[in-house]
Amino acid sequence: MSRKVLLIEDEPNIAEAIRFLLSREGWQVETHGDGTDAVQVIQGARPDLVILDVMLPGKNGMDILRELRKMEELAGLPVLMLTARGQSRDREMAENAGVSRFMTKPFSNAEVLTAVRDLHAQATRL
Amino acid sequence: MATINVLILVCLAYVVFLFAVAFAADRMAAAGRGKWLRSPVIYTLSLSIYCTAWTFYGAVGNAARSGLEFVTIYLGPTLVMVGWWWGLRKLVRVGRSQRVTSIADLLSSRYGKSNTLAVCVTILAVLGGTPYIALQLQSITLSFSIFAEADPSGLYREGSSVFWVAAGLAVFAILFGTRNLDVNERHHGVVTAIAVEAVVKLFALIAVGVFVVWGIAGGIGPMMDRIDASEIGQWNVDAGRWTTFIFLSAAAFICLPRMFQVMVVENDDEGHLRTAAWAFPLYLLFMSLFVVPIAVVGLDLLPQGANPDLFVLTVPLSQGNDWLAMLSFIGGFSSATSMVIVSAMALSTMVSNHVVMPIWLNTQEGTGSVSGDVRNIVLMARRVSIAAIIALGFFYYRLSGGGAALASIGLIAFAGISQILPALVGGLFWRRATRTGALVGLTVGFVLWIYTLLLPGMGGAWMPESVLQNGLFGLGWLRPHALFGIEGIDPMVHTVMWSLSLNTLAFCVASLLSFPSPLERLQGAQFVNVFDHSVAPRGWSGSVAQSEDLMIMTQRILGTGPTQEFFQAEAQKQGGRSHLPEPTPGFLNRLERELSGSVGAAMAHAMIGQIVGGSSVSVEDLLAVADESAQLLEYSGQLEEKSSELSRTARQLREANAKLTQISEQKDSFLSQVSHELRTPMTSIRAFSEIMRDTDGLSRQEQTRYAAIIHDEALRLTRLLDDLLDLSVLENGQVSLNLSDDSLRSVLDRAVPSALAGADRKITVRRTRTAERIFLHTDLDRLGQVFINLISNAQKYCDADDPVLVISAHDVGGRVIVDFIDNGSGIPPGARSMVFEKFARVGGDKAGGAGLGLAICREIMQRLGGEITYLPGQGGAAFRISLPQAYQQAAQ
Repeated sequence: MSRKVLLIEDEPNIAEAIRFLLSREGWQVETHGDGTDAVQVIQGARPDLVILDVMLPGKNGMDILRELRKMEELAGLPVLMLTARGQSRDREMAENAGVSRFMTKPFSNAEVLTAVRDLHAQATRL
Repeated sequence: MATINVLILVCLAYVVFLFAVAFAADRMAAAGRGKWLRSPVIYTLSLSIYCTAWTFYGAVGNAARSGLEFVTIYLGPTLVMVGWWWGLRKLVRVGRSQRVTSIADLLSSRYGKSNTLAVCVTILAVLGGTPYIALQLQSITLSFSIFAEADPSGLYREGSSVFWVAAGLAVFAILFGTRNLDVNERHHGVVTAIAVEAVVKLFALIAVGVFVVWGIAGGIGPMMDRIDASEIGQWNVDAGRWTTFIFLSAAAFICLPRMFQVMVVENDDEGHLRTAAWAFPLYLLFMSLFVVPIAVVGLDLLPQGANPDLFVLTVPLSQGNDWLAMLSFIGGFSSATSMVIVSAMALSTMVSNHVVMPIWLNTQEGTGSVSGDVRNIVLMARRVSIAAIIALGFFYYRLSGGGAALASIGLIAFAGISQILPALVGGLFWRRATRTGALVGLTVGFVLWIYTLLLPGMGGAWMPESVLQNGLFGLGWLRPHALFGIEGIDPMVHTVMWSLSLNTLAFCVASLLSFPSPLERLQGAQFVNVFDHSVAPRGWSGSVAQSEDLMIMTQRILGTGPTQEFFQAEAQKQGGRSHLPEPTPGFLNRLERELSGSVGAAMAHAMIGQIVGGSSVSVEDLLAVADESAQLLEYSGQLEEKSSELSRTARQLREANAKLTQISEQKDSFLSQVSHELRTPMTSIRAFSEIMRDTDGLSRQEQTRYAAIIHDEALRLTRLLDDLLDLSVLENGQVSLNLSDDSLRSVLDRAVPSALAGADRKITVRRTRTAERIFLHTDLDRLGQVFINLISNAQKYCDADDPVLVISAHDVGGRVIVDFIDNGSGIPPGARSMVFEKFARVGGDKAGGAGLGLAICREIMQRLGGEITYLPGQGGAAFRISLPQAYQQAAQ
């Protein structure tokens, strides 16, 4: 059974690094670089996991997350949030919005992989 | 024939009767009974002190000598009463609302409380009054002597009798004139006694007249025949003398201190004037009714050389009618005594208030506060003054020898006292009248009166014959009876004409030339417009009500607790059963002190005066209150200034704080953005370097690509740091400009290639090189940096398929304008205002800039004295820079 991750990230280099890491773990990686239509893309792609940047053109990650959590079918979707703005206020906001895991950039690859594995394990156990 | 002893007895009995009347009236007034004491009838009768012994005896004598001229003395007051009652009403209103005590006080009060003026008027009044008092004493002696002649064996001794009469009058005046020191200066006892005397003298004169007409002449018809036959009946009018005498008696009626005393000071009710306006002329009419018959019959009956001044006595005596003669004597005695008593009272008030008290207060100044009972001092001063004034009259009489010189004294005194008239009338009706004017006018009139009338009338001892004949210093135009060479006028007319006209002229001119003090101005307004802002003053009301009012007022100022404590303590001190103290002077003084601590001395005085005095607040009070208020205002003004200063400082602090907060927020936001911009490339670098480290079997191609990414991101970091440092230097103003000269074209020539170097997307740059031949004197490197930024922005962000950038330049009045317009979709309107802000990136971050470029451009252009703006409506993105052709220091 293939695992699909949707990566929403406007920095192409970062997106490429994550794609490389997760592909080697057996993930099917789809990327999207714009915030405006991110929710629709997620709805359409039906991923097992979403990795979401905060500073996105069009619509920021926090708003996208809030919209996801309002949707019945996506409320339980694991979302790993990555942000370059690593202040505690941002973490709080993300947790209030219903984030599954919050990580600040720059991250270590191992951390990202661990987080993705954990989130997936939790989701499948349920 | 009645003996002189009987006469003396009757006389003494009459005096005792007067004492009794005065005493009873005073008692009744003090007890608050006897409303009739303040009736218009009493008031009118008291005015009759105008008719002195001089009128009682002298009118007949005057008629016998000069015919109908005596009428003028009655016509003057009649005209005033009938024709000028509104002026008198004003005088009375002013006098009462200003609480004046004498005519000197009135003038002083009107002219800015000038004591100099009061002293002048006092001197004038005493000078004019003393001979007049002497005249009264003389009339009494003369009338006594008539009876003494008939009975030489009597007790009568001329010299001593005058002394005793004078002493008796002094005692009477002191007893009833200075019994109390009422603020209102009203003496009911004296006034009532005078009213009684007025009735007596009128009754006496009419009795003699009736006796003459019906007892001697045999009825009205025969009397008229006798008059027609006599010279007196001939209508012989000297227009000059008549006018002068009428005017003079009218003036004297207003100005004489004793008239002022009864008319204004003793006035209880303004309404009384209305009655007096017709009743007093009527009284005068009755007084003058039988003058001519008595004179005519006297001339007929008595031998040649008989003194016509004594016809009133001698005619009944010659007919053996002793009792009538005695009545007539009592009438004359009444006229004389009432005049002396009131004159002495009026003059003593002036002397003690304006001469003695100021001197006494001055001498006390050094020895500490005047805390003692000033009342007693004032009363004592007044008593001594009365005695002194009557003594002066007595000595004048003794020294002048009672000769014929006294005969014209009445008119001389009138002429003297009427010098007050211009200042008085002017003060009442002319606001511009000043103290200087009054003083100058009075002095001029006074000097002329002394020189042309008083001194010549006193005989050679006082004025040498040479002066009378040839003028002072031999100057002909200074002859006392022919001033300025105008001769042939009756001396009295001459004096009145010159003294009053020059007095009035001097008064007017000096008033116009001088400036009134603020107090004078205020008093002037108070006097002239007295009917506008005064109510007819009322008397005292119940004392307990006053205490209540005082307590209510005090509570407002001191608060309930302290007020009740104070009032209870005062009530206990007085030993009364009531919790409210009586408003005694001592209590009021303490209350005033208590209040003045809170509201100022003047205000406290005015407030208490308002409640207790029942009288209006004086101008001095108001001025003092105004002074205090001004000080308070100034103080509160200072406070206000301070508080506004404080609030200004507070506002500045708030503003500074808000600015700091804003700056701090900007800094936070900036740091957060910087952090973001740094973390992004670092993320890529870390991620790919870990991939390269941890991943086995990366293809060669992959290795190269990831290393290139790491390299690019490292460059991006470097650029970012460079930009940040650059911006920081520019914003802190630490940048030093490197000024040099070159053309715009060369600057662009260098900028375009360096901006496009290494770019992967090509953009066509179009320039109009001829227009770029503009000479520049500025920091060319910095300007080039701006150009590079704009060109590379166009190169990065122009989204046209075939991107073109048009650079056009022109020169407008010393300013260089360069436009950079591309053919892309431009910047959306909402974002245009933000493009020059730090980290403002519009659209995606395809070029990997940090968003500091335009912010740096803006800073540079400001340093160069120019600006950079977005040009809307050009199709694509369009920026315009403008800067001065030659950099100027001032442009910063």
